[in-house]
Amino acid sequence: MEVGTGKVHRVAGPVVQATGLKSHMYDLVLVGEEGLMSEIIGIAGDKHVIQVYEDTDGVKPGEPVKETGAPLVAQLGPGILTSIYDGIQRPLPQLVEASGNFISRGLFVDGIDHKKKWEFTAVAKKGDKVEPGQTIGTVQEQLLIKHKIMMPPDTRGTIKEIHSGNFNVEDTICVLEDGTELPMIQYWPVRRARPSRIKQAPTIPLRTGQRVIDGFFSLAKGGTAAIPGGFGTGKTVMQQTLSKWSDVDIVVYVGCGERGNEMADLLHEFPELVDPRTDRPLMERSIVYANTSNMPVAAREASIYTGITTAEYYRDMGYDVMMTADSTSRWAEAMRELSSRLEEMPGEEGYPAYLGARLADFYERSGRVTTLEGTEGSISIVGAVSPPGGDFTEPVTQNTLRITKVFWALDSKLTQRRHFPSINWLDSYSLYDLALEPWFVENVSPDWNKNKRRAMEILQENAELEEIVMLVGSDALPEDQQLTLEVARMIINFWLAQSAFHPVDTFCPYKKQFDLLKAILEYRDRAFEALARGVPTDVILGTPSKDALAKVRLVEDYEPELAKVTAQMESEFKTMS
Amino acid sequence: MTKEYKTINEIKGPLLFVEKTEPVGYNELVEIRTEKGEVKRGQVLDTSNEVVVVQVFEGTGGLGKDTSVKFTGDVIRMPLAPDIIGRVLSGSGQPRDGGPPIVPDVEKEIAGAAINPAAREKPRAFIQTGISTIDGTNTLVRGQKLPIFSGAGLPHNDVALQIARQSKALGEAESFAVVFCAMGITNEEAQNFMADFERTGALERAVIFLNLADDPAVERLLTPRLGLTTAEYLAFDLDMHVLVIYTDMTNYCEAMRQMGAAREEVPGRRGYPGYMYTDLAIQYERAGIITGKKGSITQFPILTMPGDDITHPIPDLSGYITEGQLIISRELHRKGIYPPIDIRPSLSRLMNSGIGAGHTREDHRAVSDQLYAYYAEGCDLRGLVAIVGKEALSERDRLVLEFADAFERKFVNQGRDEDRSIFDTLDIGWNLLQALPETMLTRIDDHLIKKYHPRYRKKE
Ligand SMILES: Nc1ncnc2c1ncn2[C@@H]1O[C@H](COP(=O)(O)OP(=O)(O)O)[C@@H](O)[C@H]1O
Ligand SMILES: [Mg+2]
Repeated sequence: MEVGTGKVHRVAGPVVQATGLKSHMYDLVLVGEEGLMSEIIGIAGDKHVIQVYEDTDGVKPGEPVKETGAPLVAQLGPGILTSIYDGIQRPLPQLVEASGNFISRGLFVDGIDHKKKWEFTAVAKKGDKVEPGQTIGTVQEQLLIKHKIMMPPDTRGTIKEIHSGNFNVEDTICVLEDGTELPMIQYWPVRRARPSRIKQAPTIPLRTGQRVIDGFFSLAKGGTAAIPGGFGTGKTVMQQTLSKWSDVDIVVYVGCGERGNEMADLLHEFPELVDPRTDRPLMERSIVYANTSNMPVAAREASIYTGITTAEYYRDMGYDVMMTADSTSRWAEAMRELSSRLEEMPGEEGYPAYLGARLADFYERSGRVTTLEGTEGSISIVGAVSPPGGDFTEPVTQNTLRITKVFWALDSKLTQRRHFPSINWLDSYSLYDLALEPWFVENVSPDWNKNKRRAMEILQENAELEEIVMLVGSDALPEDQQLTLEVARMIINFWLAQSAFHPVDTFCPYKKQFDLLKAILEYRDRAFEALARGVPTDVILGTPSKDALAKVRLVEDYEPELAKVTAQMESEFKTMS
Repeated sequence: MTKEYKTINEIKGPLLFVEKTEPVGYNELVEIRTEKGEVKRGQVLDTSNEVVVVQVFEGTGGLGKDTSVKFTGDVIRMPLAPDIIGRVLSGSGQPRDGGPPIVPDVEKEIAGAAINPAAREKPRAFIQTGISTIDGTNTLVRGQKLPIFSGAGLPHNDVALQIARQSKALGEAESFAVVFCAMGITNEEAQNFMADFERTGALERAVIFLNLADDPAVERLLTPRLGLTTAEYLAFDLDMHVLVIYTDMTNYCEAMRQMGAAREEVPGRRGYPGYMYTDLAIQYERAGIITGKKGSITQFPILTMPGDDITHPIPDLSGYITEGQLIISRELHRKGIYPPIDIRPSLSRLMNSGIGAGHTREDHRAVSDQLYAYYAEGCDLRGLVAIVGKEALSERDRLVLEFADAFERKFVNQGRDEDRSIFDTLDIGWNLLQALPETMLTRIDDHLIKKYHPRYRKKE
């Protein structure tokens, strides 16, 4: 397409109309004298409708609109890891250098450094026939993360020339017989999913180290989870905790329309925290997008796509990637705001009619796949949802739950009691449950699923009993039911509750999760046995070992401690009468 | 571009529609002059070759087709100089204290660019307010935005003033200032604020913007922007620690709704504009600390929840943006407890970074968690007692119930001029926990119990 120039016709907030353009939908254009980055989002008669990723203050009718002839792309290549971007992949630290502490307009900065030299090691050689997605060489991007330089998804051929050595991302590292010159960098339109070969069934859990998740509502590698909750119920803390401890190779954290100080917190913490699997700073495996609530909404709308595109790129290298989006509601609101400026026909609660479709398209980009090259990689997505008034019947929550397979329902009643994570154990679910059971049996314990079901049953019974207690008080309950209440309390307080801020308890390995629950269930069995023997409930409930059990989870090297407590429990029950 | 136009085609509510202009920039400042020579200010909301839509801040009363409109070619700016401290200005920034106009050292755009997240310093300096329910259980740190959610007729203003009076960082002399923005509050409320500022000498360190109930509503859309621009100047140009109090955000949001209706926008929830989240975020996010700068901005927005409903869009969207919230409870107020802060739905999201060893005391987190847990449980039990009577409670539950009552009387309740140190606050907490058997303190590590529990401390 010939690249031309049009003129601004109208400006109303982030939406601009222009005349004299030939650009296609979703092409990038540069608006006004300052060349503000913008995207075509509608064409009506002789006018193009444009969303501008930056403030439009001062932009006037008649100012130029320059076409670029290409859509918004992500820059993909070595140097993405450890980056902190805004919603359109501009590195924020470079923006500070260019324009100071406040974000100013009209700046263009490359998503990755184009000058930096990387040591490229060719793995393909002259004469090789190379297919889309095939690795032709590698770069050691981080100490432990090898970056595969792959054939672009739409390019194949026979290698005429390929060289190892020090190159920047623009240098040609490989030439094909047909004359195509390949640099390390790839450009990919963010709104289009990168292709893979086959989507595989989810059969491997994503280990998060969070008992309520791994134990009750686990996420599969390549799966999708929604975490809806009113403000202050723990969405952000959960997403940050998952980003810290999950057993994935790469984390893409998208802060979409949320707080600046939260991003500052994350940016200070990640370089300091160490990945328990590798002993390396978490930042080395992370990519952060920070398009906070006060940054332009159009860039917020784009941030989800930019984020998932970088996630796909690392998946294509065969990595397990997790993308968290905090919050998808702010993304939906950005869509709503732009849609209303476009004067589109509003759907439910003012959201555009295509809300459900956009959400589905996004979550569809998750999955465990066989890559084009034939290796295996995955993207798991965890999306926070911020329902107005904490009411889950609103459109974004409802449309999301139609798509995601795991539902972690945050409950403000639990929050008020400072029970964290405030995931409601009765309302939440994981549809991966059955598919993951064999893995746990094989890799953790044959009793994993059995114990989980027992604990669930106790909690269910507890919920029913609590209703009765509300009417008659707990003393009026039969003794066995009083025991059940206490065991449920133990499961809730000693096992489900887990502070993200406790240095030890923030992460709980599978084995420890299992052992702790097992100990509580053992207590239950002993207690009921004692009751059958005729021991009064207040004697049973007075066992000191029960309270000692509360603190085992806070101990790093917990096994000796747990052995001590269970031994104590055993002897207490033996002598009890 | 200082041409004047007399081409107003339509006036609707606070909006002017001006035709046949030369190209006019979006968000440009507009000067409007009536036949009688009265000058008002406005801002461009929509601009095209055909028509320019102008929102008028001081109301459209007295405007007509003969009114002339001048587009200034610049956005709205706030004139700033160090001697702005101590001034009282109107909601649109004009002197209201009979003093001269401000002779500016700088004039800053009031729109306020976003702080680059990569330039933000993580807030972590503990601020002692002297109020136990804040310091002990919802700790404030410098650079935080912590609103007060209240209801009509509750003492939120007293709480805000007490915070403004007592707030200090531990062990550090500092230069600090207060920016106070009133939006649509009554004259009497404003007088109370002013009197308290005067009594405590705070006025000399304050910049005050007053948009009162009988001032034009549209002007309220400017007030926080002017206040926050001033705060940024004081914090980041003059290195001061600035506390911004604005009240009442609900009036600000009503003005926004009114503007939206005038523009015939598609309304969002309960008639408020769909962009209200973004608009509020642009104000609230102007709190914080910037790497390498000495000053800081801490915000205390006050808002009254219509019908005491926390799910109403104004508190709801605010809560989604701010770093926590302090909830003023009608129930506690009725019981005669001051400050009537209900800690259960209250939250300080930045508490963690400002407490513990090196900030306050190592047992802070654990004590706070334990107090929360039993207070919440005790409150739940009250509901049960109302049905089944105290007799039906187990011994444990009775203890918890009594704990909750004592907590309200001793921890929550305090004098209007009582300035408790954080250590006093924590010790009050321990004294309350002492009424429970030690085995019930499941949220507190044993070594902390050994160190801080009054039972062991007395032995020393
Ligand atoms: N897992 C957790 N452990 C301990 N505290 C938590 C946990 N989750 C949330 N919190 C507390 O709740 C507050 C609000 O959590 P946050 O994730 O910011 O909520 P949301 O994002 O849903 O608004 C946090 O500041 C923290 O004090
Ligand atoms: Mg959050």
